[in-house]
Amino acid sequence: MTSDPQLQPVGEAPSIAAHASAEKRASRRVALEEAVLPPLVALLLAAVVGDVLILSFGQSPGAVYKLLLDGTWGNAYGFGQVLYKATTLTFTGLAVGLGLRAGLFNIGAESQLAAGGFLAAVAGMLLPAGLPALLCLPLYVLAAALGGGVVGAVPGVLKARFGAHEVIVTIMLNFVVLALLNYLVSARLHVPDTLHTPELASGALPRLADYMAPFHGSAANATILLAIATAIALGWYLFRTKRGFELRSVGLQPTAAEYAGVNVAGVTWRALAVSGAIAGLGGLNYVLGYKHYYEEGFATGAGFLGIAVALVGRSHPIGIVLAALLFATLSQGGLAVNALVPKQMVDVLQAVVILAVATSVPEVRRILRSARAGAGGR
Amino acid sequence: MTDTPRAIALRGIVKSFGPVLANRGADFDVATGEIHALVGENGAGKSTLMRILSGMYAADAGSMEVNGRDVSGWHTTDAIAAGVGMVHQHFMLVPTLTVAENVVLGSEITRGPVLDRAAAEEAVRALSARTGLAVPPERLVADLSVGEAQRVEILKTLYRGAKILILDEPTAVLSPPEVRELWQVLRSLRDAGGTVVLITHKLDEVIDVSDAITVMRQGKTVTRMPTRGATPQTIARAMVGRDVALALDAEQAGSATMSTRAPSSPSVMLEVRGLSVSGTRRSAVVNDVSFSIAPGEIFGIAGVEGNGQTELVEAIAGLRHAAGSILLAGRDLVSASVRERGDAGVSHIPEDRHERGLILDYSVAENLILGQQHRFTRGLTLDMPRVLAHAQALVRAYDIRPTDPELPARALSGGNQQKVVVAREMSRDFKVLLAAQPTRGVDVGAIEFIHARLREARDRGKAVLLVSADLAEVLALADRVAVMYGGRFVAVLPRAEATPDAIGPLMTGAERAA
Repeated sequence: MTSDPQLQPVGEAPSIAAHASAEKRASRRVALEEAVLPPLVALLLAAVVGDVLILSFGQSPGAVYKLLLDGTWGNAYGFGQVLYKATTLTFTGLAVGLGLRAGLFNIGAESQLAAGGFLAAVAGMLLPAGLPALLCLPLYVLAAALGGGVVGAVPGVLKARFGAHEVIVTIMLNFVVLALLNYLVSARLHVPDTLHTPELASGALPRLADYMAPFHGSAANATILLAIATAIALGWYLFRTKRGFELRSVGLQPTAAEYAGVNVAGVTWRALAVSGAIAGLGGLNYVLGYKHYYEEGFATGAGFLGIAVALVGRSHPIGIVLAALLFATLSQGGLAVNALVPKQMVDVLQAVVILAVATSVPEVRRILRSARAGAGGR
Repeated sequence: MTDTPRAIALRGIVKSFGPVLANRGADFDVATGEIHALVGENGAGKSTLMRILSGMYAADAGSMEVNGRDVSGWHTTDAIAAGVGMVHQHFMLVPTLTVAENVVLGSEITRGPVLDRAAAEEAVRALSARTGLAVPPERLVADLSVGEAQRVEILKTLYRGAKILILDEPTAVLSPPEVRELWQVLRSLRDAGGTVVLITHKLDEVIDVSDAITVMRQGKTVTRMPTRGATPQTIARAMVGRDVALALDAEQAGSATMSTRAPSSPSVMLEVRGLSVSGTRRSAVVNDVSFSIAPGEIFGIAGVEGNGQTELVEAIAGLRHAAGSILLAGRDLVSASVRERGDAGVSHIPEDRHERGLILDYSVAENLILGQQHRFTRGLTLDMPRVLAHAQALVRAYDIRPTDPELPARALSGGNQQKVVVAREMSRDFKVLLAAQPTRGVDVGAIEFIHARLREARDRGKAVLLVSADLAEVLALADRVAVMYGGRFVAVLPRAEATPDAIGPLMTGAERAA
């Protein structure tokens, strides 16, 4: 005797539908909780550690935090500096986040960022003077993306072709590329008596201060729009397009992606190349928007901090932008609180956030799950 | 009537893993000196209950008695000391050590600081002689067959003094003759006063070897019965909670439809010629295999797992490099990509749904287009309304539950996950279906459903290649049966000649009598 599978659901359909929508709401709430709570808990933990540190210097945490906020979000200059730093970090965070979505750990954003800035500066030397900025902009974008993209493509191709681990290759390339750029600038391209390249002939981007006087002195510039556009484009690519679907499937389950006809090797090298290109765009923030030349060490640490930004931002463009603002606030705030506590305290806070996210995320998830199980069991 | 304490008495065992309640108040009683079958569908909580008994997990609630002693909440070391030993589904052996070294591992015989290998080998030999579990003690475990490795697992447990032996799905990897040998060993252990708990979901095994049966369903024990008088039908009804068509009943249904099929289509749909796949270390894992499948035919491949079936199917699907030719309706696909093969009409139910068949973090709807994502685009983007409509239609047609296609595949039970894979592969436009272990780890109700879909594909004129480690499944569905051993087909039999007695020896590599 066989029961007819076609008949069963019809009779139960209304109750199933009601049940399903409740289930859907519950599963969405769970997904949101799991995405948002771990970084918040990490921040809370960092605040507690920060309190202890501040107290150990004999200062009041309230006073130090107030100083930190006043020096960053509390005035136009500080806020401009936060925006400037957040712009670079958004690019490197997006770069690392894209890699993570494809299951790749790009540790090379540091040198990709430098290579992007370098190539943009070289392009600026070659362009004739007096060209309109709108005409130059695509060329600069292309140059910066190419610089970072080539540095990213090398580990990508080595991984896709020979299985070389991208973590090792990107770490090693950081040394190679930074040394090479250093040589090129100091031996060939520098302006005499300086360690930077000549200024761009044309097409530099306006600073915020050009339009809003209170921002005077801060480095914030129009590159921030490019960062936001990149974040939106990456979100669209990852979550709306067929290629993004395939890239994420490689990151989640490469054997299943292979089964689904995805060219895993192709996705691998392209993801690392595009990741490098995005990091390279970060170089525009300094070269095109701030100083208008390339200088060794113009954004030292921003590539590595991009890893933290991507982790805290959970490899989601929105999360990455928020995390970039957080880390930019901390790093700018370090200068503001220097009067009360050593500014290295803020470096410690950054480290605590990173450690807390890296370690507490699985913990928080486990706690959330068992709490839900307890609620469901009763 | 003597009142010896029961070997095992579990009461009201509750165990949850996060949100999943694996045991919800399970009772379990086993008399001393019996072979007791613990049956139930996948996910019924059998393995969890036995892991609690052997001290690997702590129960959330409930009490346990072994030989009349309250042992609630004990640990593995206590369980081993009390003579309770578990042989796991996945072997826990060190492949680079010898049989004897593996057996004594953890309770080594030493002479001073040195391992006394000769004494260990002697001890293993003596134990082998006593139990009938013959394995050369000096061989490396890496060189053993799966059946031999399992014997080592059992020896290891007995060596530590197990009087209550728990075996978790022991026959999953064995050929029929090896299964018969195992039954003999278990019977002799019982006759020597030992107690055996056999976890299984194969009903013929239960009838064959056990003295009593406990059936679990949804984390609870629903019935306990003596094996005498039980039939596969009564057990299956207790497992599922309703009547089901078993594979053997379906056999007749299958052969009845054979004659009704239209014979007009071409005689060969898929032809594989001289296909070889080289393995990582040794020689070819698939060695010069040739066969063809007609439209409207199910071609079954029987064999003990690990004899090249996986590699053969993956080579046809394009997931492995292979030499030879693969002709689909006359077109050679041997150098085509996975996607090209899919577009040419190759549909593939992979043997491991977690490894290949699904992306568990993707929604059911996304999983239902996996492999056909290029057919659901609008410009560069995925056409989500169309993806969802496609999913809703398949969820309804294949009775996938829960019915919300936006839930992650992870949230579904194994049977429903498999239905997602089957629905996807059967709904695309295909000429040949590669069905590898299509009902592995799914419950009896879903097995019935999936078998019906495979027959339906055949009746629609598709060529179906069925690979299954379950001989009963191959015999129930296939029109012709090939037996694979050591990367080769050792025989191809028409259904009428393919009996378990004929196929069993071939599965172990015995030459076919001319």
